[in-house]
Amino acid sequence: MKYMDKSIKEIHEVLKNGEVKSKELIEESLEKSKEVQEKCNAFVTILEDAKEVPVTDDLLSGIPYGIKDNYSTKGILSTGSSNTLKDYVPFFTATAIENLESHGAVATNKTVLDEFGMGGTGTTGHTGIVKNPWDTTRMCAGSSAGSACAVAAGVYPYATGSDTGDSIRKPAAYCGIVGYKPTYGMISRYGLFPFASSLDHCGVLARSVEDASIVVDAMKGIDKNDMTSWDSKDIHLYDSLTGDVKGKKVCTIKEISNPSMYPNASSELKEHLENFQKALEHFKELGVEVEEVSVDSKLLNALASVYVVISCAEATSNMSNLTGIVFGPRANADNYIDMMKKYRTEGFSPLIKRRFVIGSYVLQAENKERYFHNAQRVRRLLVDRWKEIFKSFDAVILPVGSGPAKHLDNSEDILDENTGVLEEHLQIGNFGGFPSITIPDGFVSGLPVGLNITGNCYDDVNVLNLAYALESSMPYKNQVAKEEK
Amino acid sequence: MDNYQVLIGLEMHCEISETKTKVFSSAKNGYSDTPNSYIRPLDMAFPGTLPVVNKEAVALALKASMILHCSQPEYLYFERKNYYYPDLPKGYQITQETKPAPVGSFGYLDFDCKGETKRVRINNIHLEEDAASSDHYPTFSTIDYNRAGVPLLELVTEPDMHSAEEAVAFLETMRSIYQYAGISEADSRKGQIRCDVNVSIMEKDKDPSDPKNWGTKVEMKNVNSFGGVRDAINYEIDRQIALKEDGTYDEMEQQTRRWDEDTFSTIYMRSKADAIDYKYFVEPNIPKFKISESWLESIRASIPELASERKEKYMNEYNLSEYDSTILVKEKAISDFYEEVISLGGEAKGAANWLTSVILGYLNKEELEMKDLYLTPKMLVDLMNMVRDGKISSKQSKQVLSKVLEDKKEPSVIVEELGMKQIGDDKTIRDIVVKVLDEHPDLIEDHRKGKNTFDFFVGQVMKATRGQANPSLTADIIREEIDKR
Repeated sequence: MKYMDKSIKEIHEVLKNGEVKSKELIEESLEKSKEVQEKCNAFVTILEDAKEVPVTDDLLSGIPYGIKDNYSTKGILSTGSSNTLKDYVPFFTATAIENLESHGAVATNKTVLDEFGMGGTGTTGHTGIVKNPWDTTRMCAGSSAGSACAVAAGVYPYATGSDTGDSIRKPAAYCGIVGYKPTYGMISRYGLFPFASSLDHCGVLARSVEDASIVVDAMKGIDKNDMTSWDSKDIHLYDSLTGDVKGKKVCTIKEISNPSMYPNASSELKEHLENFQKALEHFKELGVEVEEVSVDSKLLNALASVYVVISCAEATSNMSNLTGIVFGPRANADNYIDMMKKYRTEGFSPLIKRRFVIGSYVLQAENKERYFHNAQRVRRLLVDRWKEIFKSFDAVILPVGSGPAKHLDNSEDILDENTGVLEEHLQIGNFGGFPSITIPDGFVSGLPVGLNITGNCYDDVNVLNLAYALESSMPYKNQVAKEEK
Repeated sequence: MDNYQVLIGLEMHCEISETKTKVFSSAKNGYSDTPNSYIRPLDMAFPGTLPVVNKEAVALALKASMILHCSQPEYLYFERKNYYYPDLPKGYQITQETKPAPVGSFGYLDFDCKGETKRVRINNIHLEEDAASSDHYPTFSTIDYNRAGVPLLELVTEPDMHSAEEAVAFLETMRSIYQYAGISEADSRKGQIRCDVNVSIMEKDKDPSDPKNWGTKVEMKNVNSFGGVRDAINYEIDRQIALKEDGTYDEMEQQTRRWDEDTFSTIYMRSKADAIDYKYFVEPNIPKFKISESWLESIRASIPELASERKEKYMNEYNLSEYDSTILVKEKAISDFYEEVISLGGEAKGAANWLTSVILGYLNKEELEMKDLYLTPKMLVDLMNMVRDGKISSKQSKQVLSKVLEDKKEPSVIVEELGMKQIGDDKTIRDIVVKVLDEHPDLIEDHRKGKNTFDFFVGQVMKATRGQANPSLTADIIREEIDKR
């Protein structure tokens, strides 16, 4: 009997009634980890010595889970999937992970990401590329590639992720699972290796909205070590899932999701947009009003550049602590400048170095006004426009990406592609710190695709409820990857 | 020199020593001989650590801002100043640039220089964190992170000073303010004060209020003592005048130099063209913070009496000389001692004399500080009261005081030990007087005839009492007893 492909509630029940022990679940998860590692290369570390914990009434107690390797874990290798930290063993644990542990969660592995979360392909980690469990010739997307892969493959019911542009919500779509990042500051970022602090969110990859809610309930909470965290003790996500969405209003954005915007669409894109339309029909059947609004395409077309400028600028500063002086493999050289240079030159992948160059360039005195400050202004305009939408609508609903997972052999850094707003719009959720969730909405070419629901700050309950109701009306809840090719 | 006027601006860095913890971490703010003992993960920039603003440090910074008549911002922001150096673990310093707004903008300070009141305009004062300290040896360097993250106030003046004496007087006044306001010990021996000094010269007949007339600015970095500031300024004035006289002044570029104490000269570091671009941007991990009116009011109410105000009080209320008043307020510990003596009922003028003549002389001679002094204000008042009450003579009191300091015993104990108690008891003295007069009837006659034998009687009484008889009481009794006969 296998359990790791079940929902958290189901696993909790069999733990409580004694059908299975926590120890056996850990063994199953470790066994499955090795299988998935062989097939998809999803893990930096498999925690062979994971210890069972007593099963309590807590839904997460005794159940295995995975940790993205950019969360600091005391006594456990935490690399950020970078050579610069390939041997780094922290002496403190991220608050979100401590919170999960206090609920009895048991980590069985640490998952691969794009180096420090800076990538959307799952191919730039220092341990190699992560393959999609539905089709190993395809990518998982990134940066939470290993977490998405493992959850989709049934290694455990959930894994932590982090999301700076779409790093939870895009891989979730490509792997046919749920990816949720709550409102900025609901989960403490203390102990999360930073990429771009004003955009970074902690979150979760799971196989159902219920499971995602249960996990974030456990991860969240105000933290004295993170000034951007806020008190959410009166918010109970899981308990608020009623499924009643009658009378709610959601909108699509014409310029992003209307098929008429893509006269030369590929068959995959057409299918993807049709899937999305079907999901909207489900929503209407549930009594949700669905409308289409229009957003100035000039604003939308600026999205990708705004993201590049702000995220690269913050990243180049955030990663200036990586010098090899205090931690990391210190380089040998005659003086400190050469030591730092050598460590950084050898340690970072070319993709990251390119982003550091962009980040430094846009912050230089002569460029800062034109690039960095303008990017911040456009960020504000986009967020204001979305907040205006949220005055009339409970959420914005949009398709994720332009189709199913891309093939690995033509994987390019997404930042270099001219794929349009459809690929980039999830970043608005990071600009505004909005609660945002991806759920699967069907298959294209035999591979899963997803849609995204994003609401206003602090309105996580509303967003989750909409996702929960829609998920229940479609047959993709709790699905596990079945490779058909 | 006579043909030129000098413009001097200062950047004064002073560590805030009076907070319990560092400015962004919960490590102890203090000075320890054991390297790397006052540190938290943030102070060494371990990945995932986040800054948390110490409100106590902000309050002290705002207090300094108010004392300097600066305006306080409505919202508090911090910024990152990005540069690489081994003693800067994060690769950036969290500080405040002038935009959006530091803790203080556009104020002034009036200070006394050789009896003349001068005014310096303050451009801004801002709160930032100190770097770690490093020591360099021929083949290696060591870094001590105890200092990393210690709160630091940087004060930037306009170029309103015109001589080394003025610059030093300004700095001494600032040091006194920091000490009196409970912001910092401001001890340059502990490296708590560091200065950057800007010097330029211009023709005497031109208007210094017009920046167009200013000469080329030369900045001297990291001058670490007031003596160094004086010497560096004087050296630089001479050097720049020599260039003028040579006719090569106009070739001099705006530059940064460093004061070298060994060669007693300033040494070229870099030109303005090579200035580092610090790529400032707002620290995203610290949300902007509203500074409430009520908080500002409570900080304003906590500003204690400063040296200049105490000096006024000493001169006007206690009728002390300007000279003595200046000496008493120069160091807060001395002035606090004096204030305590007054509050215990000590007579103002007498107490001032004790301090300025005897106690400070003793401290100087023994190279001690006020805090090392065994004598307490209470002991000094006791001693002064013994003289007032005629228990000991004023001559004896000086002897007592030096024994108090030497033996570290209470004045009353010393008086007892030296058998010094003045005899002020009428009957004891009268018995002795009667005996002396009985023995010398002839001298009483001589006295009546107008000869001076009175001093002989006093001398005899003193002899019989080993100098302990109260002299004025003795004289009165002798007169009475002669008259009786």
